[in-house]
Amino acid sequence: MAESKELQVKGKQEVASPVEQTRPGVVFTPDVDIFENDRQINLLADMPGVDPGDVKIDLKDGLLTVSGEVQPFEGKDESDVLIEFEVGRYYRQFTLSEVVDQNKIEAKLEDGVLRLTLPKAEKAIPRQIAVTAG
Amino acid sequence: MFARRLFDFPLGGWQHQFADLERMSRQMDQLTQAVMGRPGMNWLSAKVFPAVNLTEDKDKYHVRAELPGIKADALDIQVNGRNLTITGERTIPSEGENIRYHRKEREAGKFSRVIGLPGDIDADNVDAKMFNGVLTVSIAKSEAAKPKQITVH
Repeated sequence: MAESKELQVKGKQEVASPVEQTRPGVVFTPDVDIFENDRQINLLADMPGVDPGDVKIDLKDGLLTVSGEVQPFEGKDESDVLIEFEVGRYYRQFTLSEVVDQNKIEAKLEDGVLRLTLPKAEKAIPRQIAVTAG
Repeated sequence: MFARRLFDFPLGGWQHQFADLERMSRQMDQLTQAVMGRPGMNWLSAKVFPAVNLTEDKDKYHVRAELPGIKADALDIQVNGRNLTITGERTIPSEGENIRYHRKEREAGKFSRVIGLPGDIDADNVDAKMFNGVLTVSIAKSEAAKPKQITVH
């Protein structure tokens, strides 16, 4: 394969939608890779700083919502010298064109990357999904 | 009569013909402020990947970077004088045959960045940890660089 290129700084994208958040703070859209094969749809989202217990995944009527909370990085005695990125929670929504078997959804969060596996099947009643730590 | 009409403008005399230009220029400044001043906006003050936050308390500097998907052993951290160098590579493993991508926003590649710290440091006392995709490097300040309390008597 070709040699690796240099990574460039990409500013974090703030959520553009008008959905009002009840808590103060910045909300970012995480970068995602979405791909599928014949049996399942996979979603990989970069959400650094999010603990496995702080991810919420909701699938209802074909609308998939992924959100993650972050704890503030800094201790309270620290003062800023140079700040180049902001810390905020993550939120993104997708409409799924395929129907998904909700009972078999798997989610894993490792090193700040969420891996969501959505097996294709009939439409089912909406429910919350638990996340296992990576 | 002509002169009196000119002097009625608040800016006075010959300056009034530039008032419109000045007002437009002020409005353009306000527009750009509105675009650039929003929190979390793409004001890319970092020119090199990764973007870092450098903070200090009285004993240490703390450098943090968001590096999702990178394991601790894929990073190379070095300290030299007042410079901290963070080098590494992000790889995105291939997901297999017969897959169709709908979206591909995450990027892979190499990076290396040197961060100059504002004071002298103790190179034997540097701690780096990687947790949930966030790298935190804590660098102890040298004794001479720590703030000293002076008593007044």
